[in-house]
Amino acid sequence: MIKVLKPGMFSTIQDKGRFGYGEYGVPKSGAMDLYSAELANTLLGNARTDAVLEITMTGPKLKFEAESYIVICGADISPSINGEIIQNNKVYSILKGDILEFGKLKSGLRSYIAVKGGYKTEKVLGSQSYYKPITINDSITEGDALSFNQLTTKLKPSKLFSKLKPIDFSSEVLDVLKGPEFELLSNLQKDQLKSTQFMVSKLYNRMAYQLLPQINNDLKSILTGPVLPGTVQLTPSGRLIVLMRDCQTTGGYPRVLQLTESAINLLSQKKEKDKVIFSLVD
Amino acid sequence: MKYNLKYRPFNERSILIEWPSVIDEDMLQDVLNFKNILFQKNVKLKVDIINTYNSILVNYVYTIEDVYDEILRLKTIYSSIESQSALKLKLWEVPVCYDDEFGIDLELLSTTKSLAKSEIIQRHSQQIYTVFFIGFLPGFLYLGGLDESLCFDRKSTPNLDVKKGAVGIGGNQTGIYPQNSPGGWHIIGNSPVSFFNPKKENPCFAKAGDKIKFMPVSMEEYHSILEQVNSNCYKPKSISV
Repeated sequence: MIKVLKPGMFSTIQDKGRFGYGEYGVPKSGAMDLYSAELANTLLGNARTDAVLEITMTGPKLKFEAESYIVICGADISPSINGEIIQNNKVYSILKGDILEFGKLKSGLRSYIAVKGGYKTEKVLGSQSYYKPITINDSITEGDALSFNQLTTKLKPSKLFSKLKPIDFSSEVLDVLKGPEFELLSNLQKDQLKSTQFMVSKLYNRMAYQLLPQINNDLKSILTGPVLPGTVQLTPSGRLIVLMRDCQTTGGYPRVLQLTESAINLLSQKKEKDKVIFSLVD
Repeated sequence: MKYNLKYRPFNERSILIEWPSVIDEDMLQDVLNFKNILFQKNVKLKVDIINTYNSILVNYVYTIEDVYDEILRLKTIYSSIESQSALKLKLWEVPVCYDDEFGIDLELLSTTKSLAKSEIIQRHSQQIYTVFFIGFLPGFLYLGGLDESLCFDRKSTPNLDVKKGAVGIGGNQTGIYPQNSPGGWHIIGNSPVSFFNPKKENPCFAKAGDKIKFMPVSMEEYHSILEQVNSNCYKPKSISV
């Protein structure tokens, strides 16, 4: 069990999210940067679908009540065990009573703490991902106890290897496909989308990232249609909204671009004032 | 009737199928029929399929290897559909209390439309609505069939805390908020029924294609139903259609 001494700014349990409930209006959810979450599980020899703890900008302070192994991937938030600095993307052995905490954010935004065997929190509609009101809580809070599977065997060093490589979070390039309404855009708008260096506004969270500056727009709303994480919507005022993992299943703004899976992972590591450029891949 | 459908990859794992951009009940039957057949044909692949007024989005668990092959497969399935299969649809009776305590915008609607409140309630509850799809929030039904005389623009500033169960009108749509949420619709009543229960394998009792009829209830009846809902012994009433 892990005891939450401090929750950090926004920390949630996440796996790969909910699949098969879209027709009830249930968001997919799941780790924002699925790649880093998967990397952490792979390094531990966990199943790729195991849940991890997603932490944002400032990390939590956690006390381990049993021994295990952990890996931290994604953003570098200066993690330490009992005050001793540790590195991302490396397996560490944890003893009963050890305290994991975090310091300064050095790169990226979201970091993933995987524990050997995965967290054993409640599964709702096929997933452990937090999303209120499908789950009772929207994030972990002080005093929470997070269960994980007891360690039964010691890890063999030969297993501590992965072909996956960490992502370079400094890249500004988001690979995109044309969205369903892309061809309704004027040539000027298409050029603006391709050539503008956009900036993450202060409105960004697990549901959506709003970008600046606005672009010219006279497109009207569309008949409400399906949307996905990574869908870039253009509002009547010309604002670009990139939907993220906790987004609704349907929306009424023109869907002008669609981020690839890897672009969603990369954008998940961006914060206010970070720059991004769209690169059409087809 | 067969429609001329547009197929396109939406991302690496999904394909969007589009009908003409209109709201039409006959077309909805075609959309739902195709969706139903895709569910049946894809049991092994495991897909997540959602529909809206004029679209189906087919999500696959894994990256689609050859998207044009897959689109061809979908087209073949659509063209081989011979007749509308009989979807098992239901008409749900949904109790709504239109008391002023809940219907906070009834007064405004009544004065703007020069319609007595009782007339608004009558016109709202006599219609049979069609569930086109569920979206916006888990368990939020997009209903078609609002009496034209009740159409009313959304609020210019959304209400930050619309109550769970609130029954509202937004433009030519009406619906029930399944949870507390910000919302821009004008509120005319409240239903004690729960439209989303994550503890159930079918978290929402209604589904796309079903019909809804609102049944006006008194404050007393409202509280009695709410009590049953809260103690998990309320079963929404329905008949097969």
